[in-house]
Amino acid sequence: MSDRKTNSELIEAGLARRYRAERRFKMYGIAATTVAMSFLVIMLVAIFVRGVGAFHQTQISQVVFIDPELAKENDWQGMVKASLRETFPDVQERKDKKLLYGLVSNGAGYDVQNRVREDASLVGQNIQLWLPASDDVDMVMKGSVDRSQPESERRVSDLELAWLDKLAADGAIELQFNTRFFTAGDSREPELAGILGAVKGSFLTLMVCLLLSFPLGVMAAIYLEEFAPKNKWTDIIEVNINNLAAVPSIVFGLLGLAMFLGFFGLPRSASLVGGMVLALMTLPTIIIASRLALRAVPPSIREAALAVGASRLQTVLDHVLPLALPGMLTGAIIGMARALGETAPLLMIGMVAFIVDVPAGIMDPATALPVQIYLWADSPERAFTERTAAAIIVLLVFLVVMNVAAVILRKKFEQRW
Amino acid sequence: MALTISTEVSHSARQSDHSKTLSSKVAARKVNVYYGDKQALKDIDIEIPECQVTALIGPSGCGKSTFLRCLNRMNDVIDGCRIEGEILLDGEDIYARGVDVVHLRARIGMVFQKPNPFPKSIYDNVAYGPKIHGIAKTRAEMDEIVFHSLEKAGLINEVRDRMDAPGTSLSGGQQQRLCIARAIAVEPEVILMDEPCSALDPIATARIEELLDELKQNYTIVMVTHSMQQAARVSQKTAFFHMGELVEQGDTTDIFTKPQDERTLAYVTGRIG
Repeated sequence: MSDRKTNSELIEAGLARRYRAERRFKMYGIAATTVAMSFLVIMLVAIFVRGVGAFHQTQISQVVFIDPELAKENDWQGMVKASLRETFPDVQERKDKKLLYGLVSNGAGYDVQNRVREDASLVGQNIQLWLPASDDVDMVMKGSVDRSQPESERRVSDLELAWLDKLAADGAIELQFNTRFFTAGDSREPELAGILGAVKGSFLTLMVCLLLSFPLGVMAAIYLEEFAPKNKWTDIIEVNINNLAAVPSIVFGLLGLAMFLGFFGLPRSASLVGGMVLALMTLPTIIIASRLALRAVPPSIREAALAVGASRLQTVLDHVLPLALPGMLTGAIIGMARALGETAPLLMIGMVAFIVDVPAGIMDPATALPVQIYLWADSPERAFTERTAAAIIVLLVFLVVMNVAAVILRKKFEQRW
Repeated sequence: MALTISTEVSHSARQSDHSKTLSSKVAARKVNVYYGDKQALKDIDIEIPECQVTALIGPSGCGKSTFLRCLNRMNDVIDGCRIEGEILLDGEDIYARGVDVVHLRARIGMVFQKPNPFPKSIYDNVAYGPKIHGIAKTRAEMDEIVFHSLEKAGLINEVRDRMDAPGTSLSGGQQQRLCIARAIAVEPEVILMDEPCSALDPIATARIEELLDELKQNYTIVMVTHSMQQAARVSQKTAFFHMGELVEQGDTTDIFTKPQDERTLAYVTGRIG
């Protein structure tokens, strides 16, 4: 009796080991979370550090003479060139002049033109204007060009640097907030390129996608879950829906290309088609999430409604659907978030085209944010690097806004039982 | 031996019931229920008299809840459930072609084991039935129905000031009375109760039992219960189910004091179940 430990003693002896195991498990958990969080932070910081530059753009102040002659010929860029010659009168050689003109963007003339279009009385006068600098100058101003490197290895020559230093000394060159980035469509020139076209394209595409896939998905889920008999056919349908959810998205792009463009003859690159393709892709996700949400509604609620004489439709609409709606919305938002980040299917239906105009409707050619990121990431100009990162920031902001909206909607519709 | 007795009993029961067929509100004739291949109920014949409480007792899994759910066709929604025989409500088969389930369930209300108020306000809980059936024309009529039903369910004094509070905020016993109010708001003729007190404490149970006594003045009540004391307290008729068979039915006092069948005796004395 005395040499045998009592139960209480046995428990005592094991306690330390149990607590150690618990502490160890907690540590693993913390470590895993920390690793995941640090990757997220590294990614966000990297994107932000790279992208934040794109929110500012180097502008050069010039006094431009609105030459009536040149205005007649629509040579607005010529006026900018003339004003540059005036600022640097000692530049005589043809080769150097060409370099000089390269300080400002090719699109600077449009700014002059827009100013004059607003106020025709400016013709024949001198006006002070902030003009966008070229992307190379922009890079110099943002410190991306190493002046200590030999001239031959820099994209900006000593002569240009000297001009920039002179402009800087006069206070005629500075970084300003890059409104153009948020108000313009795509461009071959980084300093003129903006994200608005892609944002609007993404918005229109997602709207089409949501309006198609949410009602269809919810109705399919309600039918399958609440009305359809459980038999071989519904089993087959269920398996196929689950398979569809796992189909690579580019396959949906091919389907869209064949069906919507090839068969129905819808316009290429349109957000309508993009939305339809993404709706095909999102539909299984929404159906599955909605069915789970419906299944989570306690059967007692259905029985209660049926027992007072509600028809099946009344039971579903009055009681089951309101309870399942938050879950359905969550599913829809997950699907939408995936659709927002989807590139591959959009490539197939031509939304990868270089489109300068901001789309006005769902039939206009458009591109989408991820495709724009893909396009810019592919461009050789240094300045597109930061614009790529900036576009990613915009995409992430979009995502966060959508998720916040989802949480708010869910809170609003949530009911306790 | 037991078999012969049971045949005799059900035979004699049928004979004696013939004389009062007119007063029986609900009757079952040779009802067989199958879940897939499994037979849940065998040849059930029962008479349920009007304006009385009929208790269905028996051990777990004996088919009493299944039978109860046959009475308002709640088993229709269960896949693979098949029902043979006739269930008569006022002499008409509720499984006959052309019987509308929605209408039937308005005539036969049901209260479940676990209180299941809708996640809506107390008022809306009670008003839902009349609303979908279009019983109340005006808001005033609806108010009248809701108050009257809550009054009959003995809940009105507790909820008068908070009709907009969610039904789920009430206590378990109150929730169950709310469910009773919801059931009687559509003025059914029969109320089915599936172990209405099994999730409640003794005080709430006593409250419901009192209520049953009052309700039986106007409604025919069929109640499944696990508690034999409860059956003895509140019911006038009792039917004992065992292994899917209706072993014995009759006046509650007879079933508990001089059961005809060995199995009934064994059950009411606590030896099986």
